[in-house]
Amino acid sequence: MFIGRPVPRKEGRPKVVGAARYVDDLTLPGMLFGATVRSPAQRGRIRDVRFGGDVPWDEFTVVTAADVPPPNRIALILDDQPCLADDIVNHAEEPVVLIAHADKSLVERARRSVVIDIEPLPAVHTIDEALDARTVVWGDDNIFKSFLVKRGDVDAVLAQAAHVIEGEYETGAQEQLYIEPQGMIAVASPADGVTVWGSLQCPYYVHKVLTTLFGLPGHHVRVVQMETGGGFGGKEEYPSHIAAHAALLAWKSGRPVKLVYDRAEDMVATTKRHPSRTRHRTVVDRDGRLLAMDIDFVLDGGAYCTLSPVVLSRGTLHAAGPYFCPNVRIRGRVVATSTPPHGAFRGFGAPQSLFALERHMNVVADAIGIAPEELRRRNFIKQDQTSAVGQVMREPVEMDLLLDRALVLSDYREKAARFREANRGARIRKGIGFATFMHGAGFTGSGEVHLASVVDVEATAEGRVRVLAASTEIGQGTNTIFSQIVADTLGLDYEDVDVAQPDTAMVPNSGPTVASRTAMVVGRMVEMAARSIRRTLVDAGLLSEPYTAAAFKAACREYVTTRGALRGSSRYEPPPGVHWDDEKYEGDAYGAYAWAVYVAEVSVDTATFETRVDDFVAVQEVGKVIHPVLAAGQIEGGVAQAIGYALYEHVVWRDGRMANAQMTNYIMPTSMDLPPIRVYFEERPYAYGPFGAKGIGELPMDGVAPAIANAIEHAMGVRVDRIPITPEALMTACEAAAIRG
Amino acid sequence: MRAYLPAYDLRAPETLREALTLMGDRARRWRPLAGGTDLMVLFDAGTLPEGHYLGLWKLTELRGIHEIGGAFAIGALTTYTDILHDARLARSFPLLGRAAAETGGVATQNRGTVGGNIANASPAADTPPALLVYDAELELHSVRGTRRVSYDRFHRGYKDMDLGPDELITRIHLPRPHGVGFHYYRKVGTRRAQAISKVCLAAWIDLDPKARTIRDLRVAVNSVAPMVTRCRHVEDALRGRACDTAAAHAAVDALTRDIAPIDDVRSTANYRRHVASRLLEEALESARGSV
Amino acid sequence: MADAPAVDVRVTVNGHEQVVTVHPMARLLDVLRVDLHLTGTKEGCGEGECGACSVLVNGELVNSCLTPALQVDGASVTTIEGLAPGDDRLHRVQQAFIEHGGAQCGICTPGMILAAVTLLERHPQPTDEQIRTGLSGNLCRCTGYTRIFEAVVRAARLRPGERAT
Repeated sequence: MFIGRPVPRKEGRPKVVGAARYVDDLTLPGMLFGATVRSPAQRGRIRDVRFGGDVPWDEFTVVTAADVPPPNRIALILDDQPCLADDIVNHAEEPVVLIAHADKSLVERARRSVVIDIEPLPAVHTIDEALDARTVVWGDDNIFKSFLVKRGDVDAVLAQAAHVIEGEYETGAQEQLYIEPQGMIAVASPADGVTVWGSLQCPYYVHKVLTTLFGLPGHHVRVVQMETGGGFGGKEEYPSHIAAHAALLAWKSGRPVKLVYDRAEDMVATTKRHPSRTRHRTVVDRDGRLLAMDIDFVLDGGAYCTLSPVVLSRGTLHAAGPYFCPNVRIRGRVVATSTPPHGAFRGFGAPQSLFALERHMNVVADAIGIAPEELRRRNFIKQDQTSAVGQVMREPVEMDLLLDRALVLSDYREKAARFREANRGARIRKGIGFATFMHGAGFTGSGEVHLASVVDVEATAEGRVRVLAASTEIGQGTNTIFSQIVADTLGLDYEDVDVAQPDTAMVPNSGPTVASRTAMVVGRMVEMAARSIRRTLVDAGLLSEPYTAAAFKAACREYVTTRGALRGSSRYEPPPGVHWDDEKYEGDAYGAYAWAVYVAEVSVDTATFETRVDDFVAVQEVGKVIHPVLAAGQIEGGVAQAIGYALYEHVVWRDGRMANAQMTNYIMPTSMDLPPIRVYFEERPYAYGPFGAKGIGELPMDGVAPAIANAIEHAMGVRVDRIPITPEALMTACEAAAIRG
Repeated sequence: MRAYLPAYDLRAPETLREALTLMGDRARRWRPLAGGTDLMVLFDAGTLPEGHYLGLWKLTELRGIHEIGGAFAIGALTTYTDILHDARLARSFPLLGRAAAETGGVATQNRGTVGGNIANASPAADTPPALLVYDAELELHSVRGTRRVSYDRFHRGYKDMDLGPDELITRIHLPRPHGVGFHYYRKVGTRRAQAISKVCLAAWIDLDPKARTIRDLRVAVNSVAPMVTRCRHVEDALRGRACDTAAAHAAVDALTRDIAPIDDVRSTANYRRHVASRLLEEALESARGSV
Repeated sequence: MADAPAVDVRVTVNGHEQVVTVHPMARLLDVLRVDLHLTGTKEGCGEGECGACSVLVNGELVNSCLTPALQVDGASVTTIEGLAPGDDRLHRVQQAFIEHGGAQCGICTPGMILAAVTLLERHPQPTDEQIRTGLSGNLCRCTGYTRIFEAVVRAARLRPGERAT
């Protein structure tokens, strides 16, 4: 058995010897360096573009909107975003002009010499301004998308309630900050079509944008994923823009073009996590059971739609959390503002709505005078109950058990009492807090059905087996997991399995590497495709059970040499009984959920209001742990990123532009800022995941910030309802509380 | 990398005389470049002034820490790593090692120099407050000769120094041993490591152990004024006083006359003012506790 | 226009003596990656913050994105490509990283490994605090550092050149 064991990573050796090839490591003969000239204004009409300075412009390739084959759009959901701004710019740093030259040093000088003259137009700066719609920057009313979840009669309960517990919670933008900035290399010509190599998560998203933009048939566009230095969602759809830009320059110049962003450009121009504002109004009965939850959830989508409807959907569907409540209303809206569009980032709407919920549950507990863990126990949804969006929880739900375990592992009760006592008059005040939550794996609702993913597995004449999928390895160990699955499915050695590089010329579309779907959804299809080649061999009379690995390899050799290619294919099939109604926005939101309880222990320095996380316990139920080191690594990394989200990562906006676009000033945690992160898994095998596995990649992002905020409230006695909880923000909250008395 | 290479020249003279001769050339301005940990950041960002640069790394006589009778002379090209490893410095002037440990990570400490840090004149520099507290004097060389400047008069305003375009900082002198007394240094940055200061306070307090009065003291801060600053109002308010709660209040009051914090991308004026006051209180409390 | 002529920089890289003719202010990072085709050293930020560009110059860890080429004239540089003692053998730090999941996406890994190597040279049996401090200039976005620390502790226990398994 290879599943469940820490086998050496397929991707391991090249990375530690410096042999892994990222896009900037690749050079093609005759290559030009591209650059993007961007809007200096937040919003306005382009009056003029001047190519000034002491620059040999005749040597440059220059591309503007006029060069973009109509329609000038990047294909995604609503196709509202131009490839290059034409008449109006709707956000600062919007791409306007592309340039390329063989001398990289000269390109930057030239970029600065292009002057884009813009006549200002009114801009929308905040969620409230967008909702006000006095200035409309998108559609009729600045609203990209809205959803309404309704169950029972919330208004009736609110009207009769003696006490409605209210809260308002906000989360800020967050930069993915993969350590490898984004980039693409393109070759393109009318004769040969377009080929791009790049740092990306979703080869077929890029493929679709390029076929649409250039009006080319699918086989004339090729997208190859290079080693990718982190993605976290930030390389889900933005790479399509860079690919389009590089390809346009390549098409016009007839030369290969490398377009790689430096850190400052990457931070200021590419997508970030959607900021959010959530309002809760909650009614509980005298026993602390939820009677009504009225949730208003708003996301800031930035200037164009991009993936906002899907981010909103996931956020909305997680907004009521792992609880049962008979009356629920969740109103979700994502609005347009005049900032660079926001996009995918691990968690994808759920960290935002779950921050609000798990903070609010503590507020509710406090309001009615019961312990926060008791409030959770009285309201956890159970198997066979129906969720707020109408999903019958057919799979086991054991939140009580996870909560018990997490509280014991973190010494929660003892510490909660001891800290309260010790904090009196202490300079350093300690706190402990937790969050209970879940994360749906795979695409929301009917998304997986619409994706119609395909995976192929093929056997070679040498008896090796190769997985052909578009799922990308971006640090999480895709190639390793797929190899383990194939090895255990077919009874082969792990070393006999390979995974093809995601190259659209060679692999089918297994869907994007997002939504915690790679292990669970694609991995399951890998398993099925592997089984189908075994079936082929059995049906051909070349193999019978039981067989040895050697016999399997011999059968492959025999088949391939005498009959030709041996390939098995698997197309996505939804698990039986899973049904989502797009029209009514109800039903089985996700095939499976991972469930979790996270506990954070903090120290707050009352002189400086700095918060330090001293200990972190992460307990989750994940179906089956395919690779213990990789799985723990996902949780540890996600928790670290989420600690950044909670305490350090503050995007400073000035006139709709990120003002702190340097790693010096946008603060992610270093090795000295993080506690030991203690990870524990429970396994309740999920029948429709490979060997029982469920998705876990995004889960850790959801529960950290509320656990920390709850811990800080415990330490300081002040409500902290916005993240990031910078020392400045905490000081302001404490001063305000002191004034209120 | 946004620098336009053809717009820059870099040369590394073999001797101090050669360096000074070049810097004395009126026709062409040669700017000194030591470790590169400040200037090359600007270079990479495309904002380093174009022109001619002098790499100083071959001037080995400008690197090293010498002690004569309790006084120290620190070569301007001494790195933070050099400072961290010098046991004599740690005994006599411990705040320098504390400041060096707070500056960047290991890679920055290996290349960054104390002279470069001074000449970069960032109001958020971490070593200068310790130098101010220790009454440092700078030795400056040019083709016109040598002079010494008291460090507390060196910074005149934001990035405005008493340093001629032809002058090089060659040594930092710590002429008076501060071994006796309580040394305090605390930097509050954006995170625990590799962080820019939001506020940093350095102090040396000489307490009479019997009378518990402050015989003498030095207090310096960064990030709360256009340059690193001696807190003279604080010092005047405390000198000769008993080190008690009333003194702490007076000190915090006086501090408001020494500092002028601002809002910026990293922090707020309100936060900086608050934290500077708390650090000052902490320094006094710790000093009191040490006797 | 300063128009500096290119200079010959004599530098030993991974044990091989080289002369590269480059602009004196060209970044060592670019000299390694472009002139010497050693792409194992990575650019993550160009500000000296992330440490992905870390190399050893005369045995000391430096950020090559902030090092002008002229500054390494006469010096010895070690990059990630020069670490393994042989084609089929890995340095104990590299081996430990593979086993403990110290690398996820791998972009910070070359710099992180060199930082660990130089740390173990200064502190052969480092404390947790020494490891955190020694690696504080190398940012990792994927791992949360836990497994990196484990790998360093493990490497410390291996004798130099010893295989981890």
